[in-house]
Amino acid sequence: MTQLQSRPVTRREGLNRRGSLEPRDPRSPRRSTAVALLLACATLITLDQTAGALDPARRVVGEVFGPAESAVSTVTRPVTSIPGWFKTRSGMKDDLAKLQAENAQLQQQVRTSDYDRNRLAEYDGLTKAAEDLGYAVVPAHVVALGAAQSFQRTATIDAGSASGIKPDMTVVAAQGLVGRVLRVTSTTATVLLIVDSNSTVGGRASSSMKVGFVRGGQLGGDSLELQLADQSATPTAGDTVVTWGSAKAAPYVSGVPIGKVTSVYSSVRDSSKTAAVEPYVDFGALDLVGVVVPSGTKSDRAIIDADGRFKK
Amino acid sequence: MTGRLVAMSGLLVAVALILQVSLFDAFAWNGVVPDLVLMVVVAGALSRGGQVGMVLGFGAGLLMDLAPPADHVVGRWALALLVAGYVAGRFRQDAGRPTVLTVVATMAACSFVSTSIYALSGMILRDPSLGFGQVLQVIGIGLVWDILLTPLILPGLLALYSRLEPAHAR
Repeated sequence: MTQLQSRPVTRREGLNRRGSLEPRDPRSPRRSTAVALLLACATLITLDQTAGALDPARRVVGEVFGPAESAVSTVTRPVTSIPGWFKTRSGMKDDLAKLQAENAQLQQQVRTSDYDRNRLAEYDGLTKAAEDLGYAVVPAHVVALGAAQSFQRTATIDAGSASGIKPDMTVVAAQGLVGRVLRVTSTTATVLLIVDSNSTVGGRASSSMKVGFVRGGQLGGDSLELQLADQSATPTAGDTVVTWGSAKAAPYVSGVPIGKVTSVYSSVRDSSKTAAVEPYVDFGALDLVGVVVPSGTKSDRAIIDADGRFKK
Repeated sequence: MTGRLVAMSGLLVAVALILQVSLFDAFAWNGVVPDLVLMVVVAGALSRGGQVGMVLGFGAGLLMDLAPPADHVVGRWALALLVAGYVAGRFRQDAGRPTVLTVVATMAACSFVSTSIYALSGMILRDPSLGFGQVLQVIGIGLVWDILLTPLILPGLLALYSRLEPAHAR
């Protein structure tokens, strides 16, 4: 109270809620401000949900915050990541070697999956040859991960449109599929991880070649669910699940390993079988990833091309 | 609101947001990180009152909605932090600096309120579809984080805000 009385009495006086003539504290929230801000929130939510009219705003904020996130991450990652692993010149060389190995491995998987696809083609003529899928990979580091408080599994990577990355491109790591690009700024890109509950990937159980959909599972836990389109087919534990890809390789290219079936359970409600899939990628420790771009993409950094060679 | 207050708040929110996504993700506990942005909002509201708290919360939330790697519907964090700023403003006492207990209690209340409102808005908008258990778990872990870090971070923020305070209002 003493504080109130010591203030200069230049303020508008009026009956307050308690019916006295005490001056209104100018710091207490004004109803008009509250209403205006609440309406602003409602407008923003409506705009973003119906029209996606706020994408330019996202882009502008991303252009500013993306590089800042990259900078902070570059400074702190060596400390926060595994002890003893420092970002030096030799560290970068290790990165190169690792990515080359990763690309070679992917190539191999693509080849074997093409073999499998051809085998499948004998049965139903469903698939076409995947010669046109010349994979090249743009290396990038994860610089920011979305918090669980936002109930989403997204990440920012430090490569954007200047490196030839566009929305709906596949993101892979050495172990397997990471996710797809949602939107890009000039130097960063936002990636939707496959463990997000909004993510759906076309998957194929490698042993039976049956196709289904892999969805993100429980929040926090790194688990996936595979639901086969053919209800009679039962995936078996230990099966590898790979992507079956989509037209024009967007958003997912084919033949990228997703994870391993750990258990199968059936739902009484809709009489379907669901398999729990453990992803190959450790999403808690994401660092070096690669974005799959068409072969011959112009980029501001070295690309690992389809033949496994580094190309500037 | 003075220009200096706006500038300092903006800077603090930006730094908190970047640290939250780029540094603290390495220490995330089940994916949950401390709400540094919320701490700035609470500090502003505790030292300057609910009016500043609400505007600061709205602005900070909007930035959280837009900055990468966010992908949810824009306006959800703005709404949640706006209410948190209002709640923190109600905790403000006229006389003297807030006690440690008040600060921790305010932070806990605001952490609970903001995450709950954010989750509820997600359930209403179906963006993404959530289970009740997951939400409770995230709220709980977030609460622990915030209570643990409040004694370390909030005194500094409060001191920054009180240094900006105009002399006649002291």
